[in-house]
Amino acid sequence: MSNATSTAQKGGFLAGTANYLDERVGVGGILKEFGRKIFPDHWSFMLGEVALYSFLVLLLSGTFLTFFFQPAMTNVIYDGVYGPLKGAEMSIAYKSALDISFEVRGGLLMRELHHWAALLFVAAAGLHMMRVFFTGAFRKPREINWVVGFALFVLAMAGGFTGYSLPDDLLSGNGLRIIDGMIKGLPVIGAYVSSMLFGGEFPGHQIVARLYGLHILLIPAFILIFIVIHLFMVVIHKHTHYSGPGRRDDNVVGYPLMPVYVAKAGGFFFLVFGVLMLVAATVTINPIWLYGGYDPSPVSAGTQPDWYIGWADGALRLAPSHLEVTTGNYTWSWNILLPMIVLILLLVLVAAYPFFEAWVTGDKREHHVLDRPRNAPTRTAIGAAGMTFYAVLWAGASTDLIATHFALSLNHVLTTMQISLIVLPIIAFFITKRVCLSLQRKDREIVLHGRETGRIVRLPHGEYLEIHEPLDEYEMYKLVDFIDHKPDVARPNAQGKITLGARARAALSRFFFEDRVSPVSASELASAHPELDAVEHVETKALV
Amino acid sequence: MASLNRKSMFSRRRPFAAALVIAAGLLVTGGGYAAATTAVKAQQDPTVASQSQIDLGHKLFLANCASCHGKNAEGTKNAPTLIGVGAASVDFQVSSGRMPAQASGPQIQAKAAVFNDKEIAAMAAYVASLAPGPAIPTDAMVANNGDLTRGGQLFRTNCAMCHNAAGAGGALTQGKYAPALTDTGAKEMYEAMLTGPQNMPVFNDANLSPKDKKDIITYLVYLQQHPSVGGLSLDNLGPVAEGLFVWVAVLGGIIAITVWLGAKSN
Repeated sequence: MSNATSTAQKGGFLAGTANYLDERVGVGGILKEFGRKIFPDHWSFMLGEVALYSFLVLLLSGTFLTFFFQPAMTNVIYDGVYGPLKGAEMSIAYKSALDISFEVRGGLLMRELHHWAALLFVAAAGLHMMRVFFTGAFRKPREINWVVGFALFVLAMAGGFTGYSLPDDLLSGNGLRIIDGMIKGLPVIGAYVSSMLFGGEFPGHQIVARLYGLHILLIPAFILIFIVIHLFMVVIHKHTHYSGPGRRDDNVVGYPLMPVYVAKAGGFFFLVFGVLMLVAATVTINPIWLYGGYDPSPVSAGTQPDWYIGWADGALRLAPSHLEVTTGNYTWSWNILLPMIVLILLLVLVAAYPFFEAWVTGDKREHHVLDRPRNAPTRTAIGAAGMTFYAVLWAGASTDLIATHFALSLNHVLTTMQISLIVLPIIAFFITKRVCLSLQRKDREIVLHGRETGRIVRLPHGEYLEIHEPLDEYEMYKLVDFIDHKPDVARPNAQGKITLGARARAALSRFFFEDRVSPVSASELASAHPELDAVEHVETKALV
Repeated sequence: MASLNRKSMFSRRRPFAAALVIAAGLLVTGGGYAAATTAVKAQQDPTVASQSQIDLGHKLFLANCASCHGKNAEGTKNAPTLIGVGAASVDFQVSSGRMPAQASGPQIQAKAAVFNDKEIAAMAAYVASLAPGPAIPTDAMVANNGDLTRGGQLFRTNCAMCHNAAGAGGALTQGKYAPALTDTGAKEMYEAMLTGPQNMPVFNDANLSPKDKKDIITYLVYLQQHPSVGGLSLDNLGPVAEGLFVWVAVLGGIIAITVWLGAKSN
């Protein structure tokens, strides 16, 4: 005891505090365990962090906004400082949003910060998802974390949309009207659900307060819980890394959390915060004062949702408009139901993909070394097709702006997109797959013959040769260390029968791995060009 | 009864009648209108334009407009008749550069005006002399001293579905569009409402009274004169422009930072 006291005194205040905490909550053990967590260094591993930091900014700026926002739809007469609305009738919600913008000190900056952070939150999360997908980071043991991340993405969209609807301006009201239309398009339950949600006929006097409750309580609480689970699983699984010498499926190569990543991540938080602050201070977002309070009669041209709901708006716009079927006295609005089915299907496919791929490959091993996208050509091609499909839906939400800004006919833009929605993903699939395979062939070529240097050498007997420079160990690893799946054949089960499932799996396995470029094997490397003799000592990993 | 009336109206509008006779008739009718509305009062100024101005307008018309609109402004298969469109329509179309049209297409484009003010006034006087029609609004009618709030409400209810709530413009079908109102002059706005050029509906004085029009103009001029309080406006195009900005500029900038942070130190 006396010993500990004396060390504390020697180390000054900081050591004293550390010691105090260690003796009471065992913080030393936690720090030792946690601080020694290793994280690999790569820019693409920071995209999830961007989403996390945007969320922190959202919490901070959102809390500020709750001090001033009043989610009530009672009518008031505006008497604030914004001239063009003076004397106008509006809801308290819209008035308080205007007051935040014009009369609360720093209010407009905070509103814009909150909105920009929301857009960045979903964008960074989406990009992070793409990184995880294309590098195969969702493979065992991380399938469940993929689903958690997916849930976060959906929650982020829900959080964004409920926030977009709060100011009760014309734009947000138009957006809610579309949601109301979608809900009412549901067979049988539609009218009931709409009536319950809005507390009567749209727009009613309830919706803003209800969405506010969801927006500031339930959705952020769920996002927080899922973030905790998401990060906890990262700690359990440890971070993935790209292949390189000494990087295996049973280790992580990188720097420890303490002090390297604490400093890096802390600094990065402030960089993200700074960028968002800069944008919030200089670029307008959602100028609600231009839109006026919500009134169900006007609908503005160029009414669009925030970008992350764009794909849903696009799906509605691209759906053929003449799909209504009447049975008895009930109308089936397939022009609404069809896009809703497509949206839900796309979400289900995204959530289920890791399990689907695991089933096709039959791969039960743990994977901690990431794939380069080119080394999983079919997965990369599926991802590209999915992204293209999403992108066309997304662009579909801005058909009108595409038409006006590129001097095109709105009808042509719409028809082109309807066709593109089907055709472009297929084209994207094949192009991506071919590009991946070609890149793999190029990698083989480089591994076997080295890089061309452009230096021409004349040998004593008169022959000319271009010198190929052999690769160093690090580059070599990157190019040869990947998993080479071969197509599986359908095998009979214990009863000696080939089940339908086995056949389907074999067919899909063929689809996935029929076209493939194998990694260079050690023997191939050994028998390669004599110029490479000098680098024979490079350890090529034994390939399974 | 109604059809009979219309028929007789048409026969009265036959283009064979001399321009002078119609101008005289117009004076009588214009006088009648003037008693009812103050708006039409202004019409008398251009209609009582001097004969020399009308003659100049006629010459300009024959040289620049008649190939499409017909020698007597009766219209051809390429262009509508100008009898009865009034001076306001001519002033709008010619001073905004839409006429003479550069090329046919889904919509005639605005460009720099081809004629000077005197020539435009002469052509307006000539067309106005053919038959009664909406007159060019006076400066007082388009002054921006109307009711700002009411103007905003009227704009959102009547105009925003095509021109966008922020006046940023919008798409119509088959390559047509409602232009942005960010640079449109007050007189031009009034004339557009009054005459309904191209795809725009006519908002006549029974539909939107001269006071309503003035209020709307007051609102739009306010928007033109007051830059966005939130910083760069991104042309007030709404969430699509914001989404593009966040993906390209914000996320792009942040990725640049991640690459910098992830780079190996040398």
